[in-house]
Amino acid sequence: MSIRKALRNVKRQPLSLIFSFVGSLLILFILLTLFNMIFRQLAFESQGFIEACADPSVISSILLTLYTSFLATLIAMIIGTPLAYVLARHDFPGKSVVESIIDVPVIIPHTVAGIALYTFFMRRSAVGMAFSNLGIIFEDSMWGIVVAMLFVSTPFYVNAAREGFQSINPRLERVARTLGASQWKAFYRITLPLAVRHLFSGAVMAWARGISEFGAVIMIAFYPMIIPTLIFYEFTTHGLKGSQPIAVLMILVCFFVFIVLRASARYWGRRK
Amino acid sequence: MITLEKVSHEWGDFTLKNVTLSVNEGEYFVILGPTAAGKTLILETIAGFYIPREGDIFLNEKNITQIPPEKRNIGFVYQDYSLFPHMTVEENIAFGLKMRKIPKREVETRVQNVMDSMHISQLKERFPSTLSGGEQQRVALARALVIDPDILLLDEPLSALDPRTQESLREELKRIHTVRGTTTIHVTHDQDEALTLADRIAVIMNGKVVQVDAPYKVFNEPVNEEIASFVGVENVIEGKIISRENGVALVEMRNYKIRALSNLTEGEVNVFVRPENIILSKVKLESSARNSINGTITNVTQYGATFRIYMDNGLSSLVTKQAIEELGLKIGETVYASFKATATHLIRR
Repeated sequence: MSIRKALRNVKRQPLSLIFSFVGSLLILFILLTLFNMIFRQLAFESQGFIEACADPSVISSILLTLYTSFLATLIAMIIGTPLAYVLARHDFPGKSVVESIIDVPVIIPHTVAGIALYTFFMRRSAVGMAFSNLGIIFEDSMWGIVVAMLFVSTPFYVNAAREGFQSINPRLERVARTLGASQWKAFYRITLPLAVRHLFSGAVMAWARGISEFGAVIMIAFYPMIIPTLIFYEFTTHGLKGSQPIAVLMILVCFFVFIVLRASARYWGRRK
Repeated sequence: MITLEKVSHEWGDFTLKNVTLSVNEGEYFVILGPTAAGKTLILETIAGFYIPREGDIFLNEKNITQIPPEKRNIGFVYQDYSLFPHMTVEENIAFGLKMRKIPKREVETRVQNVMDSMHISQLKERFPSTLSGGEQQRVALARALVIDPDILLLDEPLSALDPRTQESLREELKRIHTVRGTTTIHVTHDQDEALTLADRIAVIMNGKVVQVDAPYKVFNEPVNEEIASFVGVENVIEGKIISRENGVALVEMRNYKIRALSNLTEGEVNVFVRPENIILSKVKLESSARNSINGTITNVTQYGATFRIYMDNGLSSLVTKQAIEELGLKIGETVYASFKATATHLIRR
């Protein structure tokens, strides 16, 4: 459509014009905030950015963040996929209660979640003690970070997966059953491949949510430092000069990873 | 042969109440009923998606009530086709054979054969979303038939299609049934469909089977008012084409002959004339394009704002109160029922 034609359309639809204008403010707000930080860092203080890139503690912190969030997402997928399927396919008494419980981590303040996780998983608690017998300790350890991330990112995965399963007509599974597929096979051959895009985007959201978690993580595991913790630490000890380069580096890494994931999701989804 | 014995089940808004049915080997059995009568639920129960709360289902004398759907060997075709969107036409059709662990070679030949017979070979690489409704329905039929099912269940298979595709698929269903002889249960709310295809019809209303009969009987001798008002919009009379000239068929009925515009050239037919297309008169209306049959009035019933006049020649007509008074229509009177050859519809029996 030519620009002139677009403008003529807009003239006939003043509501769309005003709404688009108002809506674009929100987009600008997000873009400018991030762009401002990245631009200032790279243009005026590139030396600090290069130093951050070369700092082994920053690099290991980034890797730790990506890895722990990946583990949390993996656990959310293994447990959350069956849960999402049941919620999508079956009605049972108390279903709405279960659905609300899944949303609880989104609603409560994350420091509160952190304290709850800490008291549940600390070595002095029954659960923490049981795990410590298996050699898994949560306080100030990688596993503490993983459970905190799991807690906050679960709703993102489960809700996306449930919507994915709901979008698939149950008749497809039924037809597959009449054609000789067991319930397992019908799930594996029909429903799962059709839902895979939803599952994947849910996983990406959960992973991103895990990476950005700070409040819940520091309560149970300040060390080893994930990136949000490191940025907070640098900000309180060295101010912007110490924290901003790391923040910029992290943002660039995240952008890169998400673009790759999106592209691969689109590649997978091509056949549909 | 498949038998339902006193099957009762509830599912959401749908219920089945004490359904007893028996479908013979090789029969084309149509379940006819208004929307939400529980027709689909019957099929889904036969297929094994639900275990009925009460009652038993027998397939060739074996009780299959508790057997899961994948072990029943039943072909199922839904109104919305339900093709697997992530598989090609060929993969869709091969699915059932793969589940049965049939050797790859045999899968290929069987899939190719069924595609050839359904005229869909040229579509085999395509994905369902790129197919028309009629093509999708052919694929769905092929997918159900390739496993050689003991019974074929069709849930409103034609109702999502445009009239022309409907007609060609109707012929296709008839051909498939003649060639393969698969016992078929076909659910529909469409009376034309039921009349064209059925060996026998079961009428179901509010989850109950109210009449099981030959098509002709269901339409002419409905057992209650409810069926009468559901099926009773048409006159249906059995006849036989005796000759055809310039697109007009001469049909021999009980004791008279009529002319009808038709493509059919011969054979036994059901003759359809809508009551509102029949004019009553005291004298014969002479015209080559018009049938004028005399008969004696056997019954007069009120039908909404109009009256329905039944005659002993098998025809009935809808008239106004004014016409009744002017013509003096009452039981025992002799009248002429006139209708155009173009308003007469023939369906092969």
